[in-house]
Amino acid sequence: MGKPLSPPGAWRRLLRNPVALTSMAILAFVAFIAIFGPAIFQTDPHALSSHQFSEPSAEHFFGTDVNGRDVFARVIEGARISLLVGLCGAMVSFFVGTTYGMISGYVGGKTDALMMRFVEILYSIPRLIIIILVSFIFDPKVKLWLSGIAGGALVGYSKVLILIFSLGLIEWLTMARIVRGQVLSLKAQQFVLAARSLGQSHTRIILRHLLPNLVGIVVVYLTLTIPAVILDESFLSFLGLGVQAPQASWGSLLADGALAINPIRSHWWLLVFPAGVMSITLLALNFLGDALRDALDPRARRS
Amino acid sequence: MVAFVLRRFASLAVVLFCVITITFLLVRLAPGGPFAREREIPEAIQKELLARYKLDGTLWQQYTDYLGDLLRGDLRLSTKFRGRTVNELIAQSLPVSLQVGLTAFVLATLGGVWLGSLAAVRQHSWVDTTSMFGALLAISIPAFVTGPVLVLIFALKLGWLPVGGWTSWKSLILPSITLAGPYVAYIARLMRSSMLEVLTQDFVRTARAKGLSDSAVLYRHALKVAILPVVSFLGPLAANLLTGSIVIEAIFAIPGAGSFFVNSIINRDVFLLCGIIIVYCALLVVLNLLVDVAYTFLDRRIQLDG
Repeated sequence: MGKPLSPPGAWRRLLRNPVALTSMAILAFVAFIAIFGPAIFQTDPHALSSHQFSEPSAEHFFGTDVNGRDVFARVIEGARISLLVGLCGAMVSFFVGTTYGMISGYVGGKTDALMMRFVEILYSIPRLIIIILVSFIFDPKVKLWLSGIAGGALVGYSKVLILIFSLGLIEWLTMARIVRGQVLSLKAQQFVLAARSLGQSHTRIILRHLLPNLVGIVVVYLTLTIPAVILDESFLSFLGLGVQAPQASWGSLLADGALAINPIRSHWWLLVFPAGVMSITLLALNFLGDALRDALDPRARRS
Repeated sequence: MVAFVLRRFASLAVVLFCVITITFLLVRLAPGGPFAREREIPEAIQKELLARYKLDGTLWQQYTDYLGDLLRGDLRLSTKFRGRTVNELIAQSLPVSLQVGLTAFVLATLGGVWLGSLAAVRQHSWVDTTSMFGALLAISIPAFVTGPVLVLIFALKLGWLPVGGWTSWKSLILPSITLAGPYVAYIARLMRSSMLEVLTQDFVRTARAKGLSDSAVLYRHALKVAILPVVSFLGPLAANLLTGSIVIEAIFAIPGAGSFFVNSIINRDVFLLCGIIIVYCALLVVLNLLVDVAYTFLDRRIQLDG
């Protein structure tokens, strides 16, 4: 059985779920600060000062780091980059995964078997390792390409761009599987048969009949892909292979913070604040994804 | 059965071949070879170096030569660690990574299955709610946050375990727990939903009706079926643990293959990089075969084809 676009009361169910509401509020707040924070607080994440490692205070909410930079400003910059990579990466994975899954499910037969075998293979090779390789190799090329357009203003963002595409291109597997399963069950239904016998083309059936029915499930997995991409990005940045200094992402801030934990003097604020903000954001995204799944897909609700 | 395994072996060989080809091409096409430094090296020496490390000739020649060497089991010389072979370096570092990975693998599987079943059996109880909340929490917090926090508590404050390094079996505990954490959570969630579904099925009701005890129903009947999604996750789990261990090794200063991997990228250590990726992929590919075979043993409904 396929599921309609939004089962009756899906939205209401979502709004009655306190966990979903809290998550949405948190995400809205984080997004607001990430977008307007620099304008409101007038902070500069790159401004150096002589106040090395000062503890959190009214002047520096989250304290300062080894170069006297304001950690609060850096966490905001990290949020901008991490969220940008997460959102755009998830969008890339959405396009690839949906297209792939739709083709596989709609064509069916041998093609389907082959395409799904390929997904299985990709699942079990260390994709992130290949991505590290790819991002390292293409960085100079993308830099060269970016310096040619927009007067070179975007050169600093080459790593971000590469991260978006490479991470998007590895996180589409689950999406493809889910979409394929959904298309398989949808295309066996009578309204598709009816559309077909009325002489509608395959493209039209896919766009007008299948796609709208996929929106719910796709939104759920899109929500769950964003935290996955953010985690992947932080993983790479932690290893020093992601966002390049002086730019900051949550991952690179945490790498600095982890170094600051030592037995003699722990500069705890360097770890605690970025870790807290990142974890809360990821937690909210995961909770929201779960709640969306419950609301849109009552069958999957085991309770 | 034998035919099935052989057929899968053939397809795995193809996968491995593709991985080798892609890795080699990517590494060799990358700008800046292992000897491109700021300081110019005289041309004669450059030539000598390239010949010594078999980096001369056309790309095609290099590629076929490399494949030949691989077939002989020779992963060639490292360009960074002068005079040492990649085989040597991997033989020295991989066992360390595998110990951490294997411990985490066992922890994640056992812990996840146990926690998930527990949550499913006591659905809606406080055990269920807190463990599932904890699971989502564990999935959302990256290893490089939990790692330092665990170190702060158990190594620095309590002094029970070493901060890092690789000295005794105690060095294994914190890294493998940190590595396994998110996957315990993931498997627990998987196990819970699968178990909840199985518990509503007819054969479970029959088992109950026969008067079997709760634990017999759970462990002898339901678990066998409910564990199947977890078994099919074991392949991806191994892949994730292998990548995850790179970060873990960085946090705990463990001399495993992961740190060699990161350094080989930065140093453009061509053959060490290729070697590690190829060995990793080969390991995973074989492990996946084992998981597939195990799956067919566990689930008799599956027919062996293809």
